[in-house]
Amino acid sequence: MSLFDFQQVTVSKVSRHYGRRRALSSVSFDLQAGEVVGLLGPNGSGKSTLLGVLSTLIAPSSGEVRYGEELSRVLGADLRRLIGFLSHDLQLYPELSARENLDFSARLYGRQQPSSVVNEALARARLTDRAEEPVSGFSRGMRQRLALERSLLHEPRLVLLDEPFTGLDDRSTSELIDRLRQLSEEGCLIVFATHDLDIADDVLDRAVVLKAGRLAGLPDGHGSLRARYRELVTADNSLDRRENV
Amino acid sequence: MSEFFRIAWLVTRKDIRVESRSREMLYTTTFFAASCVLVFSFAFVRSGRPVEGAEAGIIWVALAYAGQLALGRAFERELHQDALRGLLLAPVERAAIFVGKLLGIMLLMGVVETVVVFFVAVFFSTAFFDYGLLFISLLVAGTIGFGCVGALFAAMLARSQSRTVLLPVLLYPITVPVLIAGVNGTLSLIQPEPNLDLARFWLALIAFFDVVFMTLALWTFEPLMTE
Repeated sequence: MSLFDFQQVTVSKVSRHYGRRRALSSVSFDLQAGEVVGLLGPNGSGKSTLLGVLSTLIAPSSGEVRYGEELSRVLGADLRRLIGFLSHDLQLYPELSARENLDFSARLYGRQQPSSVVNEALARARLTDRAEEPVSGFSRGMRQRLALERSLLHEPRLVLLDEPFTGLDDRSTSELIDRLRQLSEEGCLIVFATHDLDIADDVLDRAVVLKAGRLAGLPDGHGSLRARYRELVTADNSLDRRENV
Repeated sequence: MSEFFRIAWLVTRKDIRVESRSREMLYTTTFFAASCVLVFSFAFVRSGRPVEGAEAGIIWVALAYAGQLALGRAFERELHQDALRGLLLAPVERAAIFVGKLLGIMLLMGVVETVVVFFVAVFFSTAFFDYGLLFISLLVAGTIGFGCVGALFAAMLARSQSRTVLLPVLLYPITVPVLIAGVNGTLSLIQPEPNLDLARFWLALIAFFDVVFMTLALWTFEPLMTE
């Protein structure tokens, strides 16, 4: 078992190009352990790409990401062991049951006593009574809860969530918020991309806003996250209109 | 090393479980391969007498095309809910994931081979198992070579929108030596006067390709899978 751990993630001038399209353009910021950070921005602004870069699955075209003092390419599997990633596409096998999906993941991550770990995860996802059913028959919300537990099964230090509130009912949303707060208190660094600004406002320590692959500063103030985000987008839109004229 | 094979077996077992529920690859590939043999049997059997040596070509052509179907689907399935990213994020040697996927594909091709050999043996009255060990070795070695290159390309192309077009374009030129060696090796076993030395030569050639392809695949899988 690796002893590698980190308290800080540093994103330095990270750019990512797909051919001529720039998904990320010279993005820099720091993240500290225990923080809950929201990635905000319109569709196509680079949020998922940035999560992919932080997860080490997407290599930056230029710039670097350091976990503590180390680069991801140096750490490899030792770093991946500390990352939990909930993708928007959930990463589940629909033909397998909820238990089989979690069991596969638990064994892949080398968890000791996988059956008890899986039982606890099923209980947290409120899926114990449907554990043996194939995931293909689950609603989006149930799959979302299962996928969240799958991504947290190995007790990661860096939790990356892409649209984690999609398809969740009020109870599940509130449980997820409590879970994120608990993880944060335990020292996890949580980064999630979302469009649910009202929900995000309840749980975020700070927000990182992306627009067309670049960092955009959220206006200071005491208004709600939604109001400040709208102020930023409106200001940018009027600037764009003036430039076009 | 045991951890490497534990992960490979975990991935293979997952693939077997998924396939046992859907059976789409099994049905598609076996049905396709059996149809191939049936069509060829009409072309190559005249007045109850098969064209000499046609069986060897039929077996390897059926396997190559059925194998290509299986290869494409094996990695497409991982893309369905972005499960491939989940696999790649796991703190394991990525080469072990590749070997696990390859074993799953080889098991499926093994089932297809059994069906194809059975049908060819029935339609063409061919005694494949007079030199059973050599014949099975040729099939296993050929499956490893074909599956190894195919799995690597299928994984590489998994995110490409034109993967169904690109996979055969890349796969066949590189695996042609394996297929030619397979056909010639099989032919030297089923001809009226079997030539065992020649069969062993072709087997050794396939084994050489297997070693080269497997080394390249294990070496390049990790960098190729980073986006």
